[in-house]
Amino acid sequence: MNSTENNTIMKTKKDGKFGFSFDNQVIVFALLRTSMIIVVMSIAYLMYDIISKGIGAVSWEFITSMPRKGMTEGGIWPAVLGTVYVTMITALASVPVGVFAAIYLNEYASKNVFTRIIRLSIRNLAGVPSIVYGMFGVALFVQALALGSSVLSAGLTLGLLTLPVTITASEEALKTVPISYREGALALGATRWQAIRTNVLPSAVPGIITGMILGVSRAAGETAPILFTGAAFYLPRLPGSLSSKFMALPYHLFIMSTQHHSIDKVRPLAYGTALVLIALVVAMNLTAILLRIHYRKKLRG
Amino acid sequence: MKNKKELAIALFFTLNGALAILILTGIFYLLLSNSFYAWRDVGFWRFLTGLEWRPAGFSHSLYGIRTLIVGTLMVTAGSMIIAVPLGIGCAAYLAEVASPIEREIIKPVVEVLAAVPSVVLGFFGIVVLSPLLAKVFNLPNGLNALNGSILLALMSLPTIISIAEDALAAVPREYKEASLALGANRVQTLRHVLLPAAGSGVTAAVMLGVGRAIGETMTVIMATGNALKSPTGYFSSVRTLTATIAIELGEVPYNTTHYYALFAIGFVLFTMTFAVSLLADIFLHRASEVGKR
Repeated sequence: MNSTENNTIMKTKKDGKFGFSFDNQVIVFALLRTSMIIVVMSIAYLMYDIISKGIGAVSWEFITSMPRKGMTEGGIWPAVLGTVYVTMITALASVPVGVFAAIYLNEYASKNVFTRIIRLSIRNLAGVPSIVYGMFGVALFVQALALGSSVLSAGLTLGLLTLPVTITASEEALKTVPISYREGALALGATRWQAIRTNVLPSAVPGIITGMILGVSRAAGETAPILFTGAAFYLPRLPGSLSSKFMALPYHLFIMSTQHHSIDKVRPLAYGTALVLIALVVAMNLTAILLRIHYRKKLRG
Repeated sequence: MKNKKELAIALFFTLNGALAILILTGIFYLLLSNSFYAWRDVGFWRFLTGLEWRPAGFSHSLYGIRTLIVGTLMVTAGSMIIAVPLGIGCAAYLAEVASPIEREIIKPVVEVLAAVPSVVLGFFGIVVLSPLLAKVFNLPNGLNALNGSILLALMSLPTIISIAEDALAAVPREYKEASLALGANRVQTLRHVLLPAAGSGVTAAVMLGVGRAIGETMTVIMATGNALKSPTGYFSSVRTLTATIAIELGEVPYNTTHYYALFAIGFVLFTMTFAVSLLADIFLHRASEVGKR
């Protein structure tokens, strides 16, 4: 069958019902372009709305002052600080374990059932809903380990949530280190661990840091896991210890847009909070991306 | 001595790797063990198929999650109806049509969307989408299943686009060249060669999107209205499984039937997302085989 015949068959099959052929390049490419434009425009509008209405509320004072008069006035300082604290605990909890697990997977693991089960578990952990992590945090950290509803419990819960991200990113970083780095060290008589410590890890650090930032930025925006593990509606003072409750930017936005007693009145503050939160998360993501590009160039050059 | 130290180090890393298994089984065990108490009190089938969820009933409480399951499935299906054609269309555009400059612009934009926290999307649903839907469809308010579906579609689009595009890019070049050489145009090649060859990867992308939609909490809690009535369509307010946990777990006393019932909901959610993840995994595995051929 030559190609012209083939085309005619395809056409007779698809024509008629719609009055045009779905093999028509102009029409199909236009449809594809339309779907792309719809997606890009929705994102652009989302960002435009938050930025244009939030920018009026945001000032240095808004970020660094306490909320006043039942949160109808003033700033978001305790929420900013709470988010910073909780993400620091998250990073401390998930990065070491994530890196160690990645070292196992990339440097030690042989292709056996045990390794496959670990990989399967990691992928499934990445798919567990964030609210389920929240329940796990309540049952494990708040109740069983008696850490109470606190910034520590919330940070550890978020640490579990980000673990799949940290492991995957760290493993990717280790993978980019050329095999010859290991072989060189081993040939000089170094043990496996010495090769990893002196030759592999230093080259993988930028990649690991990139992964850490991505994981932490996800944690900073999460609300569901901290709902019951330590986030507070309102606190008159800043969190003082690991066992105190805390305010967080995402939870604050949730409250300001659904739970507050005069939602319409605080709408500008909610917009301001949304903008600060987006700016924080996007800035972290941009840093990670720029770091990645920078070190990739360096590795090649 | 040196060998012993090396062994100890290897064991240490192995244990850290094994922690992933421990956490997953830990979550599973904790949800299941608490669920048993709920099923003992309520009955397994009455829990799963009961129409009414009334945990603070006046005379007696009811713990049936059918309406909640329907709510979750509705918003998930709705979001996929929107996101799958858009996402695959976008991926195909990026892979086959877009100029390098367009790609340089579109990809970061989509990555920004992936970074937007779910609570911000929920906020967008309240302040922009809800009034818009109310106006367009002449409704008293726009907090309904449709609103939730649109937001969840936005949320799963970055996952679908990036994985589907990877799948399209992984199709060996020979396939495309052979098709073009036979006289098929670029669209015919895309439809009859590239998409079928990338089918597994594209399916995996959709599965991962479904998983995200089922498990999402904040967006739906803010945008769907959370009414406990049986929904009559996409303009009804719906309550999802995730929203129920988020709304009620904070107020319920520990170790009561209500508390256990919420964990049982968690178990149902976990089972659903676990199944979807496994499916995605199978398809991703198949997709990587296509790349090797």
